[in-house]
Amino acid sequence: MLELRKDIFADERDDNLKEIGKGTQRQDMLGHVTGTSSYFNDHQLQGMLHLKVVRSTEAHARLRLIDTTEAERSAGVRRIIRGSDVPRNLNTLLSLINFGKDDEPSLAVDKVRYKGEPIVAIVADSEREAFEAIAKVKVDYEPLPAVFDVEDALKPGAPVVNETYPRNTFTYHETYDHQKLRFGDADAALATADHVLEQRYQMSPIEHAPTETNGAIAAPDTNGRYVVYTSTQALFFSVDTCAKILDVPSNTFHFIGGTVGGGFGGKVDTLTEPLAILGAMLTGRPVRYVFGREEEMQYGPPRGAERIYVKDGVMRDGRVVARKIRAYFDSGAYTRLSSYAAVKCAAHLPGPYTIPNVYGDVYCVFTNRTPATAMRGFGVTAMDFAIECQMDKLANLVGMDPMEFRILNAYRDGDMKAHRREAKNTALIECVQVAAEKAKWPIRDEFRRASSRKDGGGSRAVIPPTPTDSHARPPAPAQQRTSYDRLPPTVTREPPRDPPPPAPPPSPRPAAPSHGATRFSSVFGTRRR
Amino acid sequence: MPKIPVQFRHNGRDVAIFVDGGTNLLVALRELIGDMTPKFGCGQGGCGTCSVLIDGELHLSCLTLAETVAGRSIETLDGMKQGPNLHPLQRAFADHFAAQCGYCTPGMLMAAKALLDRNPAPSRAEIVEAISGNICRCTGYEPIINAILAAAGGRASA
Amino acid sequence: MAVIVKTFASASEAAGALSSDRGARYLGGGTLVMRALNEGDVSVSTVVRASDQALTRIDASGPRVLLGAGVTFARILAERDLAFLHAPARSIGGPAVRNMGTVGGNLFAPTPYGDFTVALLALEATVAVQGGFGSRDIPIEEFLQARDRQAGTLVLSVSCTRPASSEAFRYRKIARIKPKGGSVITIAAHLPISGGRIAGARIAFGSMAPTQIRARAAERALEGRSLDVGTIAAAASAAGEGTSPADNALGSAWYRREIVGVHLRRLLSGQE
Repeated sequence: MLELRKDIFADERDDNLKEIGKGTQRQDMLGHVTGTSSYFNDHQLQGMLHLKVVRSTEAHARLRLIDTTEAERSAGVRRIIRGSDVPRNLNTLLSLINFGKDDEPSLAVDKVRYKGEPIVAIVADSEREAFEAIAKVKVDYEPLPAVFDVEDALKPGAPVVNETYPRNTFTYHETYDHQKLRFGDADAALATADHVLEQRYQMSPIEHAPTETNGAIAAPDTNGRYVVYTSTQALFFSVDTCAKILDVPSNTFHFIGGTVGGGFGGKVDTLTEPLAILGAMLTGRPVRYVFGREEEMQYGPPRGAERIYVKDGVMRDGRVVARKIRAYFDSGAYTRLSSYAAVKCAAHLPGPYTIPNVYGDVYCVFTNRTPATAMRGFGVTAMDFAIECQMDKLANLVGMDPMEFRILNAYRDGDMKAHRREAKNTALIECVQVAAEKAKWPIRDEFRRASSRKDGGGSRAVIPPTPTDSHARPPAPAQQRTSYDRLPPTVTREPPRDPPPPAPPPSPRPAAPSHGATRFSSVFGTRRR
Repeated sequence: MPKIPVQFRHNGRDVAIFVDGGTNLLVALRELIGDMTPKFGCGQGGCGTCSVLIDGELHLSCLTLAETVAGRSIETLDGMKQGPNLHPLQRAFADHFAAQCGYCTPGMLMAAKALLDRNPAPSRAEIVEAISGNICRCTGYEPIINAILAAAGGRASA
Repeated sequence: MAVIVKTFASASEAAGALSSDRGARYLGGGTLVMRALNEGDVSVSTVVRASDQALTRIDASGPRVLLGAGVTFARILAERDLAFLHAPARSIGGPAVRNMGTVGGNLFAPTPYGDFTVALLALEATVAVQGGFGSRDIPIEEFLQARDRQAGTLVLSVSCTRPASSEAFRYRKIARIKPKGGSVITIAAHLPISGGRIAGARIAFGSMAPTQIRARAAERALEGRSLDVGTIAAAASAAGEGTSPADNALGSAWYRREIVGVHLRRLLSGQE
């Protein structure tokens, strides 16, 4: 059962709370237990048609010919939709916030870039008739060399997966092929560390496998608008994505959603809505497009597979003095949300630890695999897996208890994080202490007494001198051999490379409480309210 | 192609529908009778969210050819409430937070009912076995098991 | 075009309809054919059914047990005389699948399914089939080897040996999900004992080849010996011989080869 540890940080919290810590019935519970909660597919519309798509059987191929002649004559077929029927047949999800280039068609035109990519949509009176027509579509593929491995995709001469990104990497700020994090001099610290441990971690793609598959029903409304019942997790995001792809104002649509049969990140990609609406536009009838289970599992976007190299330097006394990371996010054939995952990942390094020298290169790579998307902490989860495996291995290497090892290296309030923001409200030490207590795992007194609010800041708040990347790098200054808790007072703050931005206008709001949230956009790296 | 007439009992009420050849019971219930409580999850027998009782036995409606239920009695979650009152299982599911997204809940409740109708005081292991064909992807199995235990306990003491 | 459903009173009529139509599939419990229709398999255009009572017959009185092809796993679990088949029957699906799935259908269930057939293979089953030209009994191994070509034949029943004791028949399904999941490997072993020695050992594997197969090398290691530690070790080390497992989502071919001997040893030595 849930246990609130009110003894921890008690003075920081108003405990006169009306809801937190008390059981409250969910507002949708009665609907759930009576089966009356209304999911997208629980709407029955008169004269509804069914949409199914022809999917690529090749991972990478040029499309020589798409012949739908026989399918058009198949019983029950109302409309065949091709790429040329889609008003704006190129999109990327985060274009709504001006992030990334349009790189993915709703229906493939000249090329397919992953196995299962939609090529043609068929709208028919029944699912069966749609399936029968699919079997009659002839696609002439000219197979192209495919690349399935993130590092192979970066090699010179690798097949170009997606022409929008000819180097097989997402482009940040229209220039950079990866996210870079530099804090201190990791190479110098590694050179003088007592132990260096380098490891490779490889994740698999993970399918969300929601019990309800992705789907949407779109129907013409009486006023020229379209009502859309959808499984989307991101209703307004989906509205705007459809408006863009179908090139109409977003008030053309009345989206109804909110009750989702499991999403976990797998229902933000707006895969079914645009084609269902287009089907309704082209036929004047309600159209349903719902994934079958095999479609969901094979072609629904998974959590991306990450490959992560971690190289750590650790001293005999247990202090981690350097962490150098190279990570490759497998975006699959199109961007979807992996570009953003890489940004989140870079900001997360080196994990919840204060390490004085951190170096990170994070790549978002295109391969001929199913496009990856959001899933529960994506960008961070896999990196945390790698980092925590690494922490166990490092503890073992220096002969320390893994819990104590984490407390020793944990970040504390006032510490400078590698992405140059001060650590606030840190609680790793307390989490480890409670975990040890619950697991009846003995830790020594000094670690039991440690606190996230003690011994942080000071020299640990300083941004260490950080060499800029260059091919002929000068040797590291000697003082960088020292570890964070004994940093000599001579270390200066890193000079800003650019003139500081003008101070923002004073906020009309009252000053935020010390534990209030400050909005931070990890995509733009700017604070906004 | 002629439609096939099928008559059966649906939650205690006689119904008659015309189905196309090959129509499964899930589609028949949802699209021809309008009972939206059984859900489509996989169409393969892997998830259990379309579970219904046929003559008191747990079946997967998506794998049942509609015309094979002629003359039989079908129970779905739609018929579980006892008048205006929740069934003890529904009450226990609500009280024990045994639903998150709610999509597996109809199947879970039918699997639980199939168990309790036959075995009013099941062990925890029997409950686990009884819902082993039903997948909850929000991973809330423990509250579901606790709810079924509570419903069984409540019933036994009543 | 909707699917045509043809229902017959007799199994032989159903068999006739099945053999005369390439698009016809026989519908037993629905777990295979309805699944194919739901996934859009347009090669199935006709569904054939039979209401013949003979298909749901169970005869458990003699040394050979006869199960009609339409007997469900739930019914097997309800028969006290079939206790030796309870473990394989219980290992299939959840309760709903056991209420629907049939012995006959299980013969056609592709990897990683078809666990009950593994037990039948170890128990020297014969499969009674009816084609266009009358009925005949086929040894289960022969049936499985030609399974892809059996679509036009109707399985009427399966008969298998009743083991002499509960010790003589063992079954184990290795799955990654508890309590239920698809098979990583399924193992069944029939070990008749005569004069303290194994006579007529049959070991069957599921998920170790495209169809269920016998582990003949392991059988040879057991034959004529007493079931002691040395014999079990020899059988375990021979377990992988002649197998050709595949990679799938539940396990890799390498993993299956690595663990098959371990699980065979545990099964033979009575370990949990």
